[in-house]
Amino acid sequence: MSKIIASAAIRGAHKILNRARDRYKKALDRFGPEQEIGFPNTAYYLPIIYAITGIGVSRIKDIEAVLKICERLIPPPVKENTPLPYLAPSLDAGMATLFAEEVIEAIRYLEEPDFYLANSEDVEPAGGKIWLGAANDVIFRKRGVEFVDGTAPGFAAIAGAAPDPETASKIALELQEKNLYVFMCGENQGKRFAEQLVEAGVQIGWPTRLVSFGPDISAAVFAIGFACRVAMAFGGIKPGEFRKNLIYNKDRTYAFVLALGDVTDEWYANAAGAINWGFPTIADTPIPQVLPTGICTYEHVVSNIPHEHIVQKAVEVRGLKVQVSKVPIPVSYGPAFEGERVRGEDIYLEMGGGRTIAVEWTTSKRMEEVEDGRIDVVGKDVTDVEPGARLHFAMVAEVAGRNFQEDFEPILERQNHHLINQAQGIMHIGQRDIAWIRISKQAVEKGFRLEHIARIIHAKYHQEFGAIFDKVQIKIYTDEEKVREILDAARASYAYRDARIEGMTDESVDTFYSCILCQSFAPSHVCIVSPERTGLCGAYNWLDCRAAYEINPDGPNQPVKKGECLDDRYGQFKGCNEYISRASRQKIQSVSLYSLMVDPMTTCGCCECIAAILPMCNGIMTVDRDFTEMTPCGMKFTTLAGSVGGGAQTPGFLGHSKYNITQRKFLKGDGGILRLVWMPKRLKEELRDRLQKRGEELGIPNLPDIIADETVALTEEEVLNYITEKGHPCLTLEPLL
Amino acid sequence: MSEEIIKTVDRATKELIDKAERENIKTVFSRSEEIRPCPIGIEESCCKICAMGPCRLPRSKKDSQRERVGVCGATIDTIVARNFARRVAAGVAAHSDHAREVAETFLKTARGEAQGFTIKDEVKLLAVALDFGIEIEGKDARDIAIELAEKALREFGRQKGELTYINKAPKKRQDIWRRHGVVPRGIDREVVEVMHRTHMGVDQDYRHILLQTTRCALADGWGGSMISTDLQDIMFGTPVPVLGSINLGVLKEDEVNIVVHGHEPLLPELLVAASREPGIRSLAEKVGAKGINLAGMCCSANEVLMRHGIPCAGNFLQQELAIITGAVELMTVDVQCEMQGLQSVAECFHTKLITTSDRARIEGAEHIEFHPEDGLDTARKILRLAIENYPNRRHAVYIPSYKQDTVVGFSHETINYLLGGLFRASYRPLNDNIINGRIRGVAGVVGCNNVRTPHDLCHLTMIKELIKNDVLVLTTGCAAMACGKAGLLIPEAAKEFAGSGLQEVCEAVGIPPVLHMGACVDNSRILVAATAMVKEGGLGDDLADLPAAGAAPEWMSEKALAIGHYFVASGIFTVFGTTWPTLGSDRVTGHLFKDYEEMFKGMWAYEPDPIKAAQLMIEHIDKKRKALGIDKARERVLFDMAMRRALG
Repeated sequence: MSKIIASAAIRGAHKILNRARDRYKKALDRFGPEQEIGFPNTAYYLPIIYAITGIGVSRIKDIEAVLKICERLIPPPVKENTPLPYLAPSLDAGMATLFAEEVIEAIRYLEEPDFYLANSEDVEPAGGKIWLGAANDVIFRKRGVEFVDGTAPGFAAIAGAAPDPETASKIALELQEKNLYVFMCGENQGKRFAEQLVEAGVQIGWPTRLVSFGPDISAAVFAIGFACRVAMAFGGIKPGEFRKNLIYNKDRTYAFVLALGDVTDEWYANAAGAINWGFPTIADTPIPQVLPTGICTYEHVVSNIPHEHIVQKAVEVRGLKVQVSKVPIPVSYGPAFEGERVRGEDIYLEMGGGRTIAVEWTTSKRMEEVEDGRIDVVGKDVTDVEPGARLHFAMVAEVAGRNFQEDFEPILERQNHHLINQAQGIMHIGQRDIAWIRISKQAVEKGFRLEHIARIIHAKYHQEFGAIFDKVQIKIYTDEEKVREILDAARASYAYRDARIEGMTDESVDTFYSCILCQSFAPSHVCIVSPERTGLCGAYNWLDCRAAYEINPDGPNQPVKKGECLDDRYGQFKGCNEYISRASRQKIQSVSLYSLMVDPMTTCGCCECIAAILPMCNGIMTVDRDFTEMTPCGMKFTTLAGSVGGGAQTPGFLGHSKYNITQRKFLKGDGGILRLVWMPKRLKEELRDRLQKRGEELGIPNLPDIIADETVALTEEEVLNYITEKGHPCLTLEPLL
Repeated sequence: MSEEIIKTVDRATKELIDKAERENIKTVFSRSEEIRPCPIGIEESCCKICAMGPCRLPRSKKDSQRERVGVCGATIDTIVARNFARRVAAGVAAHSDHAREVAETFLKTARGEAQGFTIKDEVKLLAVALDFGIEIEGKDARDIAIELAEKALREFGRQKGELTYINKAPKKRQDIWRRHGVVPRGIDREVVEVMHRTHMGVDQDYRHILLQTTRCALADGWGGSMISTDLQDIMFGTPVPVLGSINLGVLKEDEVNIVVHGHEPLLPELLVAASREPGIRSLAEKVGAKGINLAGMCCSANEVLMRHGIPCAGNFLQQELAIITGAVELMTVDVQCEMQGLQSVAECFHTKLITTSDRARIEGAEHIEFHPEDGLDTARKILRLAIENYPNRRHAVYIPSYKQDTVVGFSHETINYLLGGLFRASYRPLNDNIINGRIRGVAGVVGCNNVRTPHDLCHLTMIKELIKNDVLVLTTGCAAMACGKAGLLIPEAAKEFAGSGLQEVCEAVGIPPVLHMGACVDNSRILVAATAMVKEGGLGDDLADLPAAGAAPEWMSEKALAIGHYFVASGIFTVFGTTWPTLGSDRVTGHLFKDYEEMFKGMWAYEPDPIKAAQLMIEHIDKKRKALGIDKARERVLFDMAMRRALG
C-alpha cells in the first residue's frame, strides 16, 4: 500500500461511513427500528457483513452494531510525515467501507424499491432499467455453479467507464472470451461502463455474464458479496469465519478489480477492501502501484495499463490460467455467449423450434468411412435466403476411433447444445429432434455460415473428447426430404439408446464413478455416480463420468470399485466408502447411495433439488432451486441449501438431481418414491410423464396427482391433509423416524 | 591517548562528553582512557576458580600451539569454556531474575494485590494461557491469570521435564535440542548447574561444559526472557506502533525531568500513570515548572517508549551524560547496566539518584524500594521528590538540541497484524517477499554499547550495510536506540537507506526498514517472530533454514552473551563485535564457531569490523536462500481449476 493509496483509502472510508451513518439515521427516523431490511430473496442477509462478522442484518436496528464496528475499523488519517504503518489500517478501513456500502445499498432497496431490477437476470434497456442490484439466491446458485465447475473461472469487477463505448465493448468482449463474469459499478466523469455497453449494442445481463450491478461505486458490494456467498454456499464456510472466507476466495475465486478512470478516495477505499479477499486492482490511470506480494497472490495494485492490454494484465496479476478454446469461426466463442438471446429483428435464420424440423444426431462409423474434418453442407445456406427466413435442419456427426464406444454417442451429441450456443450471435435450444437454432444478423454479417456450426462441432469434439475418438466428419442438410430421412434414422437410434440406458441398473455394473469436479470450491465433497443415481447437479450420469474418465484418466471422475455391498437397503458399498473417506480427506467415512436418513451423500451446493423429511407426513418432500417460495418443511430452497451445502452430511436432507427422482433407486432405503409427498408444481409437470410411468410400475398410476404441490399445500399440515385425502401410500409405510 | 579518537557518532553525546571534560566530571568515556582492558582477561585465559591460583595462562608468544594447563591440570580449553559458561549463566540469571520479579508482580496483579496494575491485554492472556495448557473455557480472566502466574513461576524452580515454551519452537528445532540433551528443565536449575559444573574439579571437558551452557542459555531465550515479555505484555499491553522521540534533546529545560533507567518496566509503568495525575502536575506547577517530563534510559526507556510513547533520553553510554545536562531532577535505577559512576556524577549536580530494587543499591544513592503492593504510592512519592528537587538546580542547564522522531512498537503480534490487517493478519507477505527476493533476509541486530568502540558507530554502520542490501533488520535494546537517534526508525528511512526491494516492501506496509522490537529482554520476540516465519511456510521447517542472522556489534554485558548463545542454539548464525571471550582457546572457539553449525545449525562468529560482519551475515543469508532454492527468480504460476482442486 503506498502512502498515497492508504491515505486516500482511509479518507474514502471516512466519507463512506459518514454517508452510511447519515442514511441510517434518516431511515431510522422514517421507517423505525423494527423495519425489515435486506437484499431481495436471499438467506445471506447483507452477505459481506454476514460472512465476515456473522451478523445477519434483517432490521434497521441491526445496522447500529455494524456501524460501530466500522468506526472501530477505520483509523485516523495517515500523517504526512513519519506516518505510523498504514497497510493494515487501510485494509481494515477497506473492509469497513464495504460494510458501510452494504448498509447504503440495503437502505436504497427500502427507499427506492424499484431502483434495481429485483429477481431479474435481464435488463430492460428500452425502459431505461439496466441496474440489476444484488443477485437473489436463485441467480446466485445458478451462476455460482459455473464458478464451481470451472466454466467461469472468476469475475472482473469494473469500476467507472472506458473512454468510449467502443473500448468498453472491446474490454467486455475480451473478458467474455476468457469466460469471466463482468460485474459493473461506479461512474467516471458521468459515464458508466454498463451504459457504454448498451450504447454499443452489447447485450448485458446475467445471461451474457455482463452484469450491470449499479450506477454507484457502492454497488461493488454486490460483486464482493457474491464471492462471500460462494464461500458460504459451496465452501461450507460459516458466517463469521472471516479469515476462511477471505482465504477461500483468494485461493479459489479469481476475481480482480478494473479501475477505469479517475480513482477517487471512495474507489481506493473499495479497492483496499477488495484486497482483503486477494482481489487486486488494475487501473488504466497512472496511480501509485503496490507490487510486493502477500495478501493477494501477486501484485496488489498495478496501474497505467493501456486498454488493449488491461485484460491480459489483469489475468496475469491475479494468477489465473484461462483455457481459451480456439474455434475457427468468424464470431467470438465461449461460455459467456451461451446466455445471449437472438430475438425478433435480430434473427437472420431460424431452424427448428416447432416451425421447421431440426435434428442433431451423433453416430459412430468405421474408421475408413470417416474423413476427419470433412464438412458437407447440402441444401440452402445462409447466403441463399433472405433475413428472417426459416429452414429445416439436420446435422449428422459421424465419429470414428479405436477407443470409441457406442455408449459415447449420446454423450457427444448432448454437448451440441452448449457447444453451438457458445458462439456469439448463435442461439441454440434443445437437442435431438427438438433442437432449435437461431442465427443473428450480426453473425451473418461477420461471415457466419452453416458450415461454421459443423466447424464448432469438429473443433470442440476434438478439444474436449479427443481422447475417446480419432476422427469426425459432419454433414448438414437443409432440404426437407433429406432432413426427414435423417430424422427417421436418428429417432430409431434415440429409441435404441433410451432402452439401453433404461435397462442399466446399479447391480449390472461393478464400478461406479466419482465426481470431485466441485472440490475446487467444496474441498470435502465427493459425488458417487451410479447408473441409477445421476450426479446431484443433473449434469453427469454414469456414462458421462465413464467417458470423462476415459478422456482424462487423472481428472475429477475416477472409477470406484463398488466392492462388498455393506448394506443393500441403503446402498452402502465398501469400495465407495473407502474412496469417499480418502477423497473427502477423511471428513466423511460412509455414504448411502439410496437414503436421506442414514449417512446421506453430501452436496457441494450445486444440487438441482433438495429433499427433506416431513415427519408428520411420514414422508419426504423435495424442492428444486427455481422454486423460491417457502416449502412445507419451513425452509426455502436457499435455506435448505445453506444447511446441506459445502460438503456437510446432514441426515434428513439430501441434494439430488431432478432426473434422479424417477430413477428406481431414489431413496430406496427410505421407502423410495412412494415417500414423496410434496414437490413444486412446475417440477412435477416437468417430470409428469416419467412420474406417471414410475407410478404405474409401482401400482399407483395416479402417483403425480397424490403428490401435493404449492397449489394445494403450503404447510406440512396441509400436506398431511392432502395426502390423507388422496390415500398416499407413505402413510402406511414403516415410520421414518 | 590521542584526541582524535572518535568516542561517539551521536552529536548530543559528543556535546555532553565535551561538557564533562570541560567541567572535569569523570564519565565512562574518561575512565575508559585510564583503564586498559586486561590482555589476559580479555581472552579469558585466567582461572581464579580456586585458591591455588589465579592461574594466568596467556598464549606463548614463541609457541602459540604449546598446551597450557593450570595448577590443577585444567587445560586452557576447560578454563576458557568455564569462564564462558559462567558469563552466560550470569546473563541468564539477570534476565530470569527480571522475569521472576515480573511473574511475582503478575501474580499479585491477578490477585488484585498490586496497586495500579491491571490485566490490559486479555487476548494475549488467553493466548499465553493456552501455551501453558491452561483450560480457559468458562473461566474468568482473573482466575486464568492466577493460574498462569503460578505456572509461570513454577518454570523457575522446575526440577525435571522441559520448559513449557520449548514447545513453541518449530518441531525440528525441538528435535535437535532433544538429540543433544539441551532442553532446559527449569530456569534456576540450569544456572545452578553451570555454577556447579564450573566449580573447581567438576566438569572438565569443554564440549560438555558448553552443552550445559547451551541448555542454560535456552532457559533464557525460551524461558525467562519469554516469560517476562509475555507477562509484561499482558499487564501493560502488547506494544503497537507508536510515535516517540529519542535522544538527550527530549529533556526539557522548564519542566521537572525524571529519568527512568534500568530494565524492569514495573515501577516505570506506575511513574507514567502517576505523572499523568492532575494533582502531581499541579504540584510541579507550584514549584515553577511547566510540567513533568518523564524520560527513559536504557531498556526501561524501550519499554515505556514502546507502550506509551514516553520519550527516550538515550542508551547505555548516555546515562551519565543525561545528568550532566544539569536538567535531571531525579533518576531512578532498578537493575542491570546502571553504572556506579552515576552517583558521583549526580553529586556534581542537584540530581537525586534513587535505587528502587531490593536487589540493587548504590552507595550514596537514596533507596526507595518498589513493592507491587504500594507501587503507585511509591511512584507518587518519587515524583514528589523530583518536583521538590526542581528548585535546587544549581548549574546552568545545558540540553543538546538533538532529538529524533521514531516509530516503535513492533511486537510479534503487531507485525502479524501490520502485514495483513485485522482480517488477513499473517506473516505471509513477509515470507512471500523474502521468497521473491525483494527482501533478502532478516537480521536481528541487538545488544549494548561498549565504550571500547565508538558509541553507536558499529550498530549504525552494520545496520545501514544490511538494509542497503535488502536485509530487514529487527532490533532491540541499546542497538534499537542507536537506530532511533540516527533516524533509521522512521518509514522515510527506507527511501534514504534501504535497497530497492526492501524499500518497496517498507513503502507498501508503511514501516521503517529497521523494526524496534523492544528491550533486550524482548529478544524473545525475535525468536517468536522467526518461528512464525517458519510456521507460515515456504522458508524451510526450522529456524536454521531461514535466511536470517543475528549480531551484537557493540556488546558488553553478560546478558548479551546469553542472548547470543540462545540465538546460536536456536539455529541462528550470530556475529559479535568489539571483542570475543574465548580467544584464549582455539578449540573452544572452533567448537562454537564451526562444530556448532554441525550440531545446532547455528554458530558464533567474531568480527569487529561492522561492514565485514554485515557481509558475513549477508553471505550466510545467501547461503540459506540457496539451500531453500529461492536464490533465483521464479516463474509466475498461473492457476487453473485442477490446481484449485488440488488445494484441498
